[in-house]
Amino acid sequence: MTPANPAMRRFGTIGQPVSRLDGPLKVAGAARFAAEVRPERLAYAAIVPAAVAKGHVIAIDAADARATRGVIAIMTHENAPRMGRPPRFIEDPDGTAFDSSPVMQDNRVRWNGQAVAVVIAENQDIAEHAASLVRVSYSPEAAKLSFQALLLSARRPASILGQPTEVNAGGDAEQALASARFTVDEIYTTPRYNHNAIELHALTAVWEAEDRLTLHDSTQMLALTVSTLARVLDLPKDHIRVLSPFVGGGFGGKGFFSHTLLAIAAAKLAGRPVRLVLSREGVFRLIGGRANSRQRVALGARSDGTLTALIHTGATGVMTGTIFPEQFTFPARHLYAADSLHLDQAIVELDIPANIAMRAPGESIGSFALESALDELAAKLDLDPVELRRRNEPQKDPTDGRAFSTRNIVEAYRRGAERFGWSNRNPAPGTQRDGEWSIGQGVATAYYPYYRFPGSAARIRITADGRAVVQAAAHEMGMGTATVQSQHAAQLLGLPLDRVTFEYGDTALPPSALAGGSTQTASIAGAVIAAHERLVEELLRLAGNDSPLAGAGPKEVETRNGGLFRKGDQEIGESYETILRRAGRDHAECEAVGTPPAEMMNYSMLSLGAQFCEVRVNDITGEVRVARWLGSFDTGRILNPKTAASQFRGGIIMGIGMALTEETLFDERSGRIMNPSLAEYHLPVHLDVPQIDVIWTDIPDPQSPAGVHGIGEIGITGCAGAIANAIYNATGTRIRELPITPDKVLAFTSQPYGQSRPLSS
Amino acid sequence: MHFAINGRSYDVELDIRTSLLDLLRDRLGLTGTKKGCDQGACGACTVLVHGERILSCLALAVQYQRREIMTIEGLGTPNALHPLQQGFIAHDGFQCGYCTPGQILSAVGLARELQNGVPSAVTANLTDDAVEVTADEVRERMSGNLCRCGAHNGIVEAVLEYLREPPETGAAR
Ligand code: FES
Ligand code: FES
Repeated sequence: MTPANPAMRRFGTIGQPVSRLDGPLKVAGAARFAAEVRPERLAYAAIVPAAVAKGHVIAIDAADARATRGVIAIMTHENAPRMGRPPRFIEDPDGTAFDSSPVMQDNRVRWNGQAVAVVIAENQDIAEHAASLVRVSYSPEAAKLSFQALLLSARRPASILGQPTEVNAGGDAEQALASARFTVDEIYTTPRYNHNAIELHALTAVWEAEDRLTLHDSTQMLALTVSTLARVLDLPKDHIRVLSPFVGGGFGGKGFFSHTLLAIAAAKLAGRPVRLVLSREGVFRLIGGRANSRQRVALGARSDGTLTALIHTGATGVMTGTIFPEQFTFPARHLYAADSLHLDQAIVELDIPANIAMRAPGESIGSFALESALDELAAKLDLDPVELRRRNEPQKDPTDGRAFSTRNIVEAYRRGAERFGWSNRNPAPGTQRDGEWSIGQGVATAYYPYYRFPGSAARIRITADGRAVVQAAAHEMGMGTATVQSQHAAQLLGLPLDRVTFEYGDTALPPSALAGGSTQTASIAGAVIAAHERLVEELLRLAGNDSPLAGAGPKEVETRNGGLFRKGDQEIGESYETILRRAGRDHAECEAVGTPPAEMMNYSMLSLGAQFCEVRVNDITGEVRVARWLGSFDTGRILNPKTAASQFRGGIIMGIGMALTEETLFDERSGRIMNPSLAEYHLPVHLDVPQIDVIWTDIPDPQSPAGVHGIGEIGITGCAGAIANAIYNATGTRIRELPITPDKVLAFTSQPYGQSRPLSS
Repeated sequence: MHFAINGRSYDVELDIRTSLLDLLRDRLGLTGTKKGCDQGACGACTVLVHGERILSCLALAVQYQRREIMTIEGLGTPNALHPLQQGFIAHDGFQCGYCTPGQILSAVGLARELQNGVPSAVTANLTDDAVEVTADEVRERMSGNLCRCGAHNGIVEAVLEYLREPPETGAAR
């Protein structure tokens, strides 16, 4: 027997480092992912990608593929079942598509790599082999592929995630900049990135009947997938069920894309269940990533460091007609008290796969530019960068003047600096040496907004044996959802953890908002709190007049110690078992939707943090190694320090990749991604990752359910800035172009061998 | 074709182009072995053959007939976990859990390599018989197993603990 998780028998595990409840399944390889269900008569699909960036398919010669033994069908725009356009995310309440182009309904090619045919076969090998035999001819058209060349035609999107695209506050920022005593005015660029969750995108599509679909999907958008499919397939929502109990990493990339519809259509066409697992190359070609950006940050300051002007503008390269500009100006809207602000974003439309949300979209790349510029200013002022930030700490939100619900970034910096040993750093660049290595430390602010989505529901069922089941169609991609929600529900119900089960990952359960925007924990906690209130009323009703609680109102009782008790009185009350038995019931059950997220209207709500790091830069090879890291966060109350620390670390590690090694290479002549493989797209590996120290203020936000903030995304923000700033401290070189690869370091720092700084000091 | 997997024997008819990974996952339903790239770049498909770690996506199944193959299902089960699996839970050495079976089997293989004194790129002294167990030694040797969730710290802690305090008896080996 596995040693029992000692926390399981305990009451009140909120804030305790409880090990993941789904841990045994995952470490034993027994957790079932979407590609691992095996319905009868399962067929396998493989995709033929377009070889041109724009144009039309004029002919498809599939004779050889069709003649291959084991091929069941070949789907193209000519024979694909008819499907509507998918409604778009944000724009349409039912929508979850980032790109609303029709899927395999016409002969148009919209980007290089789009699916033009799908081969369905008896097994994966046959499907892939046959796909390689399909010959497609195109009539190509001129495509828009060069971001740089089209920059002048950039246009301003109507809004940025519902927020105004342009923000001006406190007068003319350009003028303030021109007359400022100290200034920084620089351009920062960031490349395209891909999520690259290790689990490949996978679906198993099963048509149970002509008009009933079951989809085993690896998705972080369960409910929206159903509403989108209902529209595309013209089916009632309750004829579609999506299951996604485990997702092998998401980061924004697991959702509804063309592959979803291709699998469903293929299953319809073949008349059999179909499994579609994208190849790694297919993930790059069909699922967009983070858009590239070119950003300007300009700062004007007085000699004491207070900002007179903050300007953050720029453009990103997105797919023509899509809606996701990457909100890189969001950090500058809330972080610093500048006398004047000018923030603006534009998009350059290109014939490329639609960029989609990738862990802290916008905030990650925006914080690189903003936090690098702050560091440049600190150097010019000869002021400590932590102190510079402290001097620009706002009292109220700089953009809209709202009060902050909670804001303890100064404290997070203080504690972080102390623990990291920031005061030992020599601010003069290029002064710390170890053989051929230059050493430096850098710091940057992490920022991500607090969001909670409306409409999440949860159901609680208490049974006469004193157990509880909590249900919500929530997502588990590694955030620890099942564990943390069980802890929260157990605490609320006054039950030990091993008496509570959390069920999730199935649209047959009460609908829950998507897992995105770092919202899930607060959204579901809000729904569970609402369902709990109903449950208390229901239990009181069932308790009736024979109960010691007779006559008490819902506000006068509370759930604790496995039952319902009068507030403030240890004795008066009874267990769930007693109440249910006397009422002759085997269970009580209540479902409710969380209160609308009014807190977001009334307050400026932010998650914040301070990222400290130490790097070593090799004089000869230009290699940058991250030697030490400390993240100090202010993100409300932490429900589970164990899983929370992992989420922070995961974000930071993705930030290290973003800063130093990752880049999706794009051929502007053909529109083709050149490195669609994990051998050529370099994720940080074990040897690239130092021990990462994370701490937090753990100050509950009085405005959010359970005092929590989501923490899935903030970890990646500030990382690239902290690393670039540390490289400056190590070498005196400022690199404003990500990723900071050895060639860039060498181009800026190296002189002919032997003429640079002495190799040992 | 005949295969010996986790101490069980399997007889299957197989297309000779089938990789060992597809045999395990698609034909035999041993889905604990994961596919993350099918190109030898991620390590999710790591299995042990006679105790040595290999990437099953780069192996043709036909070559591995009658050799002793161990997958994660053979190491431990949810109710009878191997000490290293327990260590992964204790140190939170995973998030989504997709890279995890590969990481764990890779670490089991690594332990044997260390025992046999096989040096790595970070081994300080190549002439010593035994390799000193350090965090960097583990990091270097685990670098072929990618983790996008960023569970690296917990993985290294779990593996170090396992290497330093070898359990008295291997629970379910
Ligand atoms: S699936 Fe074999 S190394 Fe990635
Ligand atoms: S735990 Fe998700 S990839 Fe490693």
